[in-house]
Amino acid sequence: MITDNANCATCPAHNLANLVKLGIDMSEFDYVVALAGNPNTGKSTVFNSLTGLKQHTGNWPGKTVGRAEGGFKFGEKRFKIVDLPGTYSLLSTSDDEEIARDFILFGQPDVTVIVIDATRLERNLNLVLQVLEITDRAVLCVNLIDEAARHKIQIDDRLLSKMLGIPVVPTAARQGVGINELLKQIHDVATGQFICKPHRLSSEIKNVSHAVDQLNKKIAQTFPDLPNTRWIALRLLEGDQKVMDAIRTGEIGNLKPVENFGE
Amino acid sequence: MNKTEEILSTANKLRWEVGENFHDSILESIYKDASEISEKVVTRIGEKPKFDLDRFIDRIVTGRWTGFPIMFLLLALVFWLTIIGANIPSSWISYILVDTLHPLLKNFMNSIQIPFWITGLLIDGAYLAAAWVISVMLPPMAIFFPMFTLLEDFGYLPRVAFNMDNLYRRVGAHGKQALTMSMGFGCNAAGVIATRIIDSPRERIIAIITNNFSLCNGRWPTQILIATIFIGGTVPAYLAGIASAGAVVAIAILGVLFSLIVSWGLSKSVLKGEASAFSLELPPYRPPRLLQTLYTSLIDRTIFVLWRAVVFAVPAGIVIWLVANVNIGGISLAEYFIRGVDPFAFFIGLNGVIILAYVIAIPANEIVIPTVLMLTVLSTKMTLGAGAGVMFELDSTAATANILHAGGWTVLTGINLMLFSLLHNPCSTTIYTIYKETKSIKWTMISTFLPIAMGLIICFFFTQIWRLIAG
Repeated sequence: MITDNANCATCPAHNLANLVKLGIDMSEFDYVVALAGNPNTGKSTVFNSLTGLKQHTGNWPGKTVGRAEGGFKFGEKRFKIVDLPGTYSLLSTSDDEEIARDFILFGQPDVTVIVIDATRLERNLNLVLQVLEITDRAVLCVNLIDEAARHKIQIDDRLLSKMLGIPVVPTAARQGVGINELLKQIHDVATGQFICKPHRLSSEIKNVSHAVDQLNKKIAQTFPDLPNTRWIALRLLEGDQKVMDAIRTGEIGNLKPVENFGE
Repeated sequence: MNKTEEILSTANKLRWEVGENFHDSILESIYKDASEISEKVVTRIGEKPKFDLDRFIDRIVTGRWTGFPIMFLLLALVFWLTIIGANIPSSWISYILVDTLHPLLKNFMNSIQIPFWITGLLIDGAYLAAAWVISVMLPPMAIFFPMFTLLEDFGYLPRVAFNMDNLYRRVGAHGKQALTMSMGFGCNAAGVIATRIIDSPRERIIAIITNNFSLCNGRWPTQILIATIFIGGTVPAYLAGIASAGAVVAIAILGVLFSLIVSWGLSKSVLKGEASAFSLELPPYRPPRLLQTLYTSLIDRTIFVLWRAVVFAVPAGIVIWLVANVNIGGISLAEYFIRGVDPFAFFIGLNGVIILAYVIAIPANEIVIPTVLMLTVLSTKMTLGAGAGVMFELDSTAATANILHAGGWTVLTGINLMLFSLLHNPCSTTIYTIYKETKSIKWTMISTFLPIAMGLIICFFFTQIWRLIAG
């Protein structure tokens, strides 16, 4: 478990001095970071501690309407961060889910940070797995570890990171615990120092893998640059109008895999 | 056929193959993976504690018999603390801003030969209005908002929504309206924006129209002051605080009732439809961070709201000074209006002063009381120092009470003012927000005029019944 103790101060990851909080000065930035997560997991608190903004946070679901934006600087790079509305999934069609889904798909953030509630890991993982189907650059922020400890729940973050193929950072954002590590991981994924190998739904989807594979192959031929052809195949089979339109207009073809090593 | 169309037609063909359960199979495979992963990485240290505090609190605060009484008691406690806590700092601030600074400024203006009407507009109008708003509003807000924010931080508001949700669903509105209603207790404009969490346009419009029935913080001070004077005055002194707090809670509950009734009326008539389902997650209780809550509620809410009130009070102060000092045939504009409206106002148990005050105070509810006092003094020709159209010093509730009583106010006037303060048009900011959110002049007009109509009708009937009973 990562805590900000004295040893951390000597390691290169501890870059508090580097972290110039930029508030909402968005004039120049190198990377875009999206912040996704279930409602009421402390997403807005994480947003505030990353940006140094003091957006009002409240202990109730659905507080963040639309999206908020801010910025921060870490290791000479400027990051723009977008707080998406909290959602339980990206599959169905409520406004919130569409805003979040569209931003991750069409906004093509360099990194998507998924904030989850450590005390409700299993339910929160549903969203994580869906995000990982869309993007292959993500960092998992396991928030509220203090509460998990109070409920006598322990989470093996290293194993979780291995299974999901993305960095996993336990945090207690309200107390500022783990935020520096989170910043470092966002930086590493954005700059390509950490290459994600995201978990893809492993279990065969019953009786339909043939259809998925066939469609997947077709999409991959037409849009060889797409990182998430299988997810698009799934959406098409479900009849997702927005994705169908994006295919028709070729908008989807503009979605290139994010280049490693930024510049 | 081009390649993209080919993909789409393949998808259309294959969609028949995958069958209707496709969506469910995807969900199933997501759930399966999620549970496999979490099984491997999550360990529980020892037994789960037998006594779950969260569950225990939830059972009480959302209980069938205990939920609502606890809600009312908590609200009453918050108001009671606000009422008894605000009076003393209020008189300090008023002593500094009104008693001390105002004469200094006025003498200064006089000493450098500024024409009387400029001094009148700037010092007696603009400055005094701002000073009044600060001394009347800052202390209650500085007590009320932190307490309200602490409750919110702790996680109590979703429980309120949980208690209310069923009621809203039964009247054909969306359960989430309980949440936007709670937000409206802070600020109706914020509550209207918050209705974005309701997806169905029908239910959203209901929530927007009825949000005005949540007393906003611009109206809390009016309610609290009038309740303190007229309700608190009718009972022995040691009960005054409790009685006034009770009266304010009663008005707040009445507002919730009206929002239910109007929601029901709308969903049975012009906005017909079924309530849609939603899931409301009760977040875990979290110990509030005291210092941070104090900081954010003071900066974000108190100062923000106060600033808005001052910004609106300054031009209103100028208007008040003008209507009180521009004379036609020796009678001021304000007096013309007040005399003209008085007979009508008498029917609904109010008076011309209150009606004029609400017209002047359309920009912000916060300045209703200062305006009422100033106009009362003016219309009764009281000679209290400063002269016509000057909002003068009132360093205690007792002084306010004296003026209102002298102006012919009775308990009935007080109660009607409380009712009318609950039921009248939203402030201009809220009206503008409603227009921006609905993009419809029709719904904006309905949201604006429906509450006024209700206010007039309710005050009328209440007054007639009161007069019948009281003789």
